Amino acid sequence: MKKDDVPQDLSSLGKITKEVCYATDGNGKYVTELSSGWDVKITALDTAWGDIEKRIAAAKQQVIDGKASPLLFFIEYRLMDIAILAGYTGFWKWQIKRHLKPEVFNKLSDNKLKKYAEAFNTKVEDLKTMTVHED
Amino acid sequence: MKIDFEHRQAAHCESGVTSNLLWNASGGKITEPLAFGIGAGLFFAYIPLIKVNNGPAIAFRTMPGFIFNRTCKSLKIPVVRKKFGSKEKAQTFLDECLDNGHAVGCQVGVYYLPYFPKEYRFHFNAHNLIVYGKEGDNYLVSDPIMETANVLDSYQLERVRFAKGALSPKGHIYYPKENKDITDDQIKQAIKSGIKKNVYNMLSIPGSFAGISGIKNTGLKIKKWRDKLGLEKSGLYLAQMVRMQEEIGTGGGGFRYIYGAFLQEADVYLPGNQLTEISSIFTKAGDMWRTAAVHAAGIYKGRIGSQEDFNTMGDYLLEIAAVEKAAFETLKKIKWQ
Repeated sequence: MKKDDVPQDLSSLGKITKEVCYATDGNGKYVTELSSGWDVKITALDTAWGDIEKRIAAAKQQVIDGKASPLLFFIEYRLMDIAILAGYTGFWKWQIKRHLKPEVFNKLSDNKLKKYAEAFNTKVEDLKTMTVHED
Repeated sequence: MKIDFEHRQAAHCESGVTSNLLWNASGGKITEPLAFGIGAGLFFAYIPLIKVNNGPAIAFRTMPGFIFNRTCKSLKIPVVRKKFGSKEKAQTFLDECLDNGHAVGCQVGVYYLPYFPKEYRFHFNAHNLIVYGKEGDNYLVSDPIMETANVLDSYQLERVRFAKGALSPKGHIYYPKENKDITDDQIKQAIKSGIKKNVYNMLSIPGSFAGISGIKNTGLKIKKWRDKLGLEKSGLYLAQMVRMQEEIGTGGGGFRYIYGAFLQEADVYLPGNQLTEISSIFTKAGDMWRTAAVHAAGIYKGRIGSQEDFNTMGDYLLEIAAVEKAAFETLKKIKWQ
């Protein structure tokens, strides 16, 4: 890539920091050049997030329909899976699978709920009501 | 205690951390491209069995941790590295390092890294940064991909040092044990062994998931994605590939440009070995990866999507495989002058 061809399409990262690219100058010598983003990457990231939004919406519907506990919603909202959640909470995966059932979730102790709330960076109250605050 | 450390931005986190930690010892000689090349950083792997964000794991660089390890090892620099079971012990050890005047590398997860924009926060646990001081409860943090240094309080730092999921860092901390002088002769030897290792990784790893054969195999697979996965999922997979190839930390073109820069710098140490000429093949490979990315974007944006378009996409990778194969075979045949 030529230095002058380093793209400068403003990405959400570009608003915070520019990134270093390696490119060649007029003599073919490698130099570094800052880039504020590239349209091809921006849409790749948008595509990934589009999919995540769909998964979050589907999870929310499952909870509303009484088919899953709010944990499912937060797992998707925090881009986690059961293994990652097990890592953050210290629960076994089979325990989390049980807690994904609404009837089991509704009987969870405050202590257990607190562990989940901390893993999701939220409050116990918000955990139950699927309330999220932008952070 | 004030540690003599200056933040320098780099393209890639691990080669940037390596270069910056060795900066004083090497008098600035171990630049980012040199660290990347000596550490044999260039790679390709496609591992559909491991899922990352619901897509296949695709890597354009070697395993996390290898670059720092290999670079220090081939420069004969002793390394301290530690992982921890307890968060308290991890912090105590970090504080002691800082008290003793060591800037240290830390492996972290980016999901709860506060200065990263939300859109970039995934459960990716192989990010690297340098901690180079403490003021009150705040740690001074030099993240190589950021333009300026940052500050994390002890809870924020603990959270990212103990991020969970695949490749969880477990408080992983590392630094060069002593500031030994690095001679030009050592650098020359290290460059040769780095190239040799990279040649092996790209040409000779058995199986069809990694190296040149991995690129070729992925190209063949992509041609079948449309029928096998459907348009939407294949679009997601291609977007994932482009992100791994071009996102923060790659320097562009799936690290191929950093490798090209490495070969140019290597040529200064080892002239007469055609390294500059071979560098231009990697520039070409990087350009081809980017052309392929533009085509992929057409598919995940929904602008194109016929079987013909997937065939073209697959063919791009087959062509890249041929170009990179020739480049590494030329490197393999070098009789060092």
